[in-house]
Amino acid sequence: MSLLSPRRAHAVAEAPAVRFLLLGLALAAVALFLLLPLGVVFAEAFARGWAAFAEGVADPDARAAIRLTLLVAAISVSVNLVFGVAAAWAVTKFDFPGKSVLVTLIDLPFSVSPVIAGLIYVLLFGAHGLIGPWLIAHGVEVIFAVPGIVLATMFVTLPFVARELIPTMEMLGRGDEEAARTLGASGWQIFFRVTLPNVKWAALYGVLLCNARAMGEFGAVSVVSGHLRGLTNTMPLHIEILYNEYNFVAAFAVASLLALMALVTLALKSGLEALGGK
Amino acid sequence: MFARSPSPKVIPGFGLALGITLAYLSLVVLLPLAMIPLAAFRLAPERAWAVVSDPRTVHALALSFGTALLAAAVNAVLGTLLAWVLVRYDFPGRRLVDALIDLPFALPTAVAGISLAALYAPNGWLGRLLAPLGVTVAYTPLGIVVALVFVGLPFVVRTVEPVLEALDAEVEEAAATLGASWSRAFRRVVLPLIAPAVLAGFAMALARGVGEYGSVIFIAGNLPMVSEIAPLLIAIRLEEYNNGAAAVIALAMLAIAFALLLAINLLQAWNRRRIEA
Repeated sequence: MSLLSPRRAHAVAEAPAVRFLLLGLALAAVALFLLLPLGVVFAEAFARGWAAFAEGVADPDARAAIRLTLLVAAISVSVNLVFGVAAAWAVTKFDFPGKSVLVTLIDLPFSVSPVIAGLIYVLLFGAHGLIGPWLIAHGVEVIFAVPGIVLATMFVTLPFVARELIPTMEMLGRGDEEAARTLGASGWQIFFRVTLPNVKWAALYGVLLCNARAMGEFGAVSVVSGHLRGLTNTMPLHIEILYNEYNFVAAFAVASLLALMALVTLALKSGLEALGGK
Repeated sequence: MFARSPSPKVIPGFGLALGITLAYLSLVVLLPLAMIPLAAFRLAPERAWAVVSDPRTVHALALSFGTALLAAAVNAVLGTLLAWVLVRYDFPGRRLVDALIDLPFALPTAVAGISLAALYAPNGWLGRLLAPLGVTVAYTPLGIVVALVFVGLPFVVRTVEPVLEALDAEVEEAAATLGASWSRAFRRVVLPLIAPAVLAGFAMALARGVGEYGSVIFIAGNLPMVSEIAPLLIAIRLEEYNNGAAAVIALAMLAIAFALLLAINLLQAWNRRRIEA
């Protein structure tokens, strides 16, 4: 196909000049709004060379932030994977009243501001919250501690796996599972031998997006964390502190690790889409 | 004998699956969210009203919704253009550009935030070029719009793309046979067909933009009454241990967002009826 030819024949094709203009505008927008912000992260991270970059990443506080981010992402992704599978199983394999309400509620965290996601846990578990004082009296710290960070991250990443699995399992129907049941398979056998092989790529797709959001969550975590260096700072919060201290090279060095995570996510996502013919 | 119809619950695991779903959803989402009205209504009505009518609150809410609406409108145009080019044209690197569209979903907001601030700061790569033209982006409401255009960019592209893919060539052919020019066929035939998808993407970008925090606070400058967004004001009230005020502002945000999305849904329904008629 020649450069700039339409991807398939259209009766109403715009003039070549219009086509060049539209493509030029689109590519300029991509360069300005997507490529440039991405490029700046790496350019600033290496603005003073490798040594300064390595110093920013190897700093003990940065390393603690990386460890915490990985821990929080691991917990919230696993929990939301179990939830996503359970929710998709209930919604797609059975009929019950209130199903559409349930599906709407699963998507709710996407329409709530991350700051509000953090706020609700402060109102619940904070020192002036509903059950916070009682918990603190019994030695349980949720807010300004790791459990609060995990909870806030779980909230904002809750829909990702479920919303990938529900349409896929809806499309596959119930026939295979019903046949397996008739042949005497147990519930777990049906799930692991019949359902899982059919939905593993959709589940992985959901896990991928869930992980990217979990590692990068800022607003919700910022409200509940208390920003204790080396203790309750995730990578995004560490970046904020470094940036506000005008330590730009270190801020962008840590940011470049997250940008790299985003690029890997996009690459894997494209691969999965090609695999599933999405 | 009558063949016994299969029982509606042949597949096992209903109780366990629904039990996990409802328990988790209630504990992590519903119960905590109920804290907002609970905390807001614990405040005396006149104190709650004082929070809502505080000029700083009003300005923050107007700024958040105004910039989110503007950014969603920019994204509606830009997203339609990108979807059109990605679906209709074949050019080298098309798949790469298509994959890159989702960058704002994958890139953490704090990373986007410091990157945009560095780009548009007066001495930044773009800020330096814009300064002689008298355009200041960083630390102004314009900077907020730029950040929200970034985070909302994928929504319209991803809602319009499948509709354009499925668009029946015959519809356009019919328009061409009737002698319509390209621009006329686009306006009269293509645009009405993709309008619901554009509007759906607009609504998603708007909802995301209203609550956005991480990508905005670095470029906004956060001056009260100038460039302070509502989510930031909630965070500030919380830091002052003013939980009630934070809950009231959050409730106001959720109420306005709900009303806006309801209006968009009504517009969609009206549009559907108009097309079917």
